[in-house]
Amino acid sequence: MNTEIIGVIVMFLATVLLAIPLGRYMSKVYEGQKTWLDPVLAPIDKLFFKAGGIHPEKEMNWKQHLLALLTINFVWALFSMFVLMNMGWLPLNPDGNPSMSADLAFNTTISFISNTNIQHYSGETAVSYLGQLVLMLFQFISAAAGIAACIVVFIAMKERTTEKLGNFYNYFIKTCTRVLLPLSVVVAVILLFNGMPMTFKGKDHFISVQGDTVQVSRGPVAAMIAIKQLGTNGGGFFGANSAQPMENPNYFTNMVENVSIILIPITLVFTLGNMLKRKRLSWVIFGVMTVGFLIYVIPSIYLEMKGNPSIGHLGISQPLGNMEGKEVRFGPAASAYWGITTTVTSNGSVNSMHDSFTPVTGMFTMLGMMVNNFYGGVGVGFLNFYIYIIIAVFISGLMVGRTPELLGKKIEAKEMKIATIVALLHTFLILSFTALAAHLFANNPTAYAAWLNNPGSHGFSEMLYEYSSASANNGSEFAGLSANTPFWNITDGLVMLLSRYLPIIGPLAIAGILAKKKFVPESAGTLKTDTGTFGIMVFAVIAIIAALSFFPALTLGPIAEFFASK
Amino acid sequence: MKQHIIPALRLTLVCLLFFCGLYTLLILGIAQASPGKGEGETILANGKVVGYALEGQNFSNDQYFWSRPSAVSYNAAGSGGSNKGPANPDYLKDVTSRIDSFLVHNKSVSKNDIPSELVTASGSGLDPDISRKAAYVQIARIAKLRGMTEDALKVIVDQHIDHPLLGFLGTEKINVLKLNIDLDKTTLK
Repeated sequence: MNTEIIGVIVMFLATVLLAIPLGRYMSKVYEGQKTWLDPVLAPIDKLFFKAGGIHPEKEMNWKQHLLALLTINFVWALFSMFVLMNMGWLPLNPDGNPSMSADLAFNTTISFISNTNIQHYSGETAVSYLGQLVLMLFQFISAAAGIAACIVVFIAMKERTTEKLGNFYNYFIKTCTRVLLPLSVVVAVILLFNGMPMTFKGKDHFISVQGDTVQVSRGPVAAMIAIKQLGTNGGGFFGANSAQPMENPNYFTNMVENVSIILIPITLVFTLGNMLKRKRLSWVIFGVMTVGFLIYVIPSIYLEMKGNPSIGHLGISQPLGNMEGKEVRFGPAASAYWGITTTVTSNGSVNSMHDSFTPVTGMFTMLGMMVNNFYGGVGVGFLNFYIYIIIAVFISGLMVGRTPELLGKKIEAKEMKIATIVALLHTFLILSFTALAAHLFANNPTAYAAWLNNPGSHGFSEMLYEYSSASANNGSEFAGLSANTPFWNITDGLVMLLSRYLPIIGPLAIAGILAKKKFVPESAGTLKTDTGTFGIMVFAVIAIIAALSFFPALTLGPIAEFFASK
Repeated sequence: MKQHIIPALRLTLVCLLFFCGLYTLLILGIAQASPGKGEGETILANGKVVGYALEGQNFSNDQYFWSRPSAVSYNAAGSGGSNKGPANPDYLKDVTSRIDSFLVHNKSVSKNDIPSELVTASGSGLDPDISRKAAYVQIARIAKLRGMTEDALKVIVDQHIDHPLLGFLGTEKINVLKLNIDLDKTTLK
């Protein structure tokens, strides 16, 4: 069998094999049970609780959880704006990089606190080392905030009637210290010993074999790249992200980074099963997500390995496949696999340029972000999936004429309204903003000519991709789009803002309302959620609501391009 | 909001000190034991630094194995790809002119032997590698200019093949910089 394909299969199996024990470990962490890392990590927890003035035993209801989450995010936003707009004169700036303009700083701030990591700048020339470190801080804490929100929903799904859903800060801090910190140290050390830089020295230069003088950017890379992947952040140190050899030195680091991308999203599904003592439910959810993932990833790998037909017409051979925008050390299979894993999980780091994917692969990366819950971002991926579970329970209930119930709680009009709003918000944001941008461009192509790097339907895809990425809190781009303009910085920022917080508020509210309701024990009339039939139902709801609503837009972009390039 | 603002401020400060401070210093400390001490491993030729082990560099001289086209001219302080769509007419023109130029410099090569990676830009613009086929297709040109037999040159190329990880994972590749340095050494002897 082809070694490229084997590499991809090994990556996926390794992820699942790591996710099962990690899921068990994480459920112990959140339930306050003993783990083997306690001797090392318990003192660090205590330090955080003490210095932060946190009383972890103080329980909160869902509204208090939300308020805590939104308040701390607001503090982060102000702090980030200050650093990004002043880093030019602040310390740790050996390369003399400038401060950001207000619109770029707004975009970057929202991008990093919302776990999106869209970057309308190149790290080498636009951020100081202090700026990079602060962005790295957000990669830890925005991921932890998303996971903490997810844990609150897990707790609320337990079979009992309560308003008390634990302490937000407790889940947040433990995610930082017990999950993200140890994993990041392990990954960073692996990356270091494969040659990734970690230094505060500025640019170096040398004279190449052919006599060119070459400048080389360096920096504290390894510390950031570990959490960039583990926290589904994706914001790279260098402009070319994980395609840059210093950010992803070889095939082994590529495997480690790629496993890190989907590890925690998959792990959380198993954590759910352990916390609710419903492992079958975990496997049903994992199954639905995996089927969706495979539908994207298999054709994408096939198409990228087959090559670009337009290049084929030029009469040369494509032994590796479609190599524009790809690195030889990864090859098309690992590049396509990364492209799909990074878009289904809202990570958004890249090891090849998505703009140069063949049209149908480009479409699958977009679909990954449009559906946004086949694994999904850390924490928020499950929250998105939860919305579709609610909708599926409701629809199935109506179909068989039973009261819709989820794990012993009745689902009523209020919960359904919230779920529907959240589900449609994503579609609304992507399509309406793409329509606005396309309208501006179509009315005055000369004024906006600098936006697009490619003509025709591919240019439309660049805009559709950008808002899909912003709304999915993904952060990857069809990077031909010149997005560092006030229009894109501000509209993108607004989309990221709305699509981060409303899809956290919605599921938290639903889960909180359901937790308070009377628990109805399972009977013969209960619709079982941990069955294959229900899995198919959820998949159908996702396919109809999330995927099909984008079909017209995709027809104008990648599908038109596919048929035109034949 | 009031009861949450003080913990939010304090907690943010603790996170800042911990992750930007302690965590960063820990990784920086461990880096001192890694190859290149975290500053990036360099490659020497004749006692001088001629490049970084990980970063590709421009080779366009006929006497060297060419590296891949780069959208950023191998600027290691500003990485990036072309971001051209697969059917963009301007892009296909660029590729066509790269093919023509390759054929002018490699007269014995026929068009359908050119592997696409030699005429398409990499994702980073700093790709350090080419495939075995991309090296073989350049052997005739270099052997002639350096006055070597093609077989002797092929032996050098074969020594530089990095096989897939553990023999069964991922791609096979050749580091262009290391190959060319070795080529210079061999020819000077």
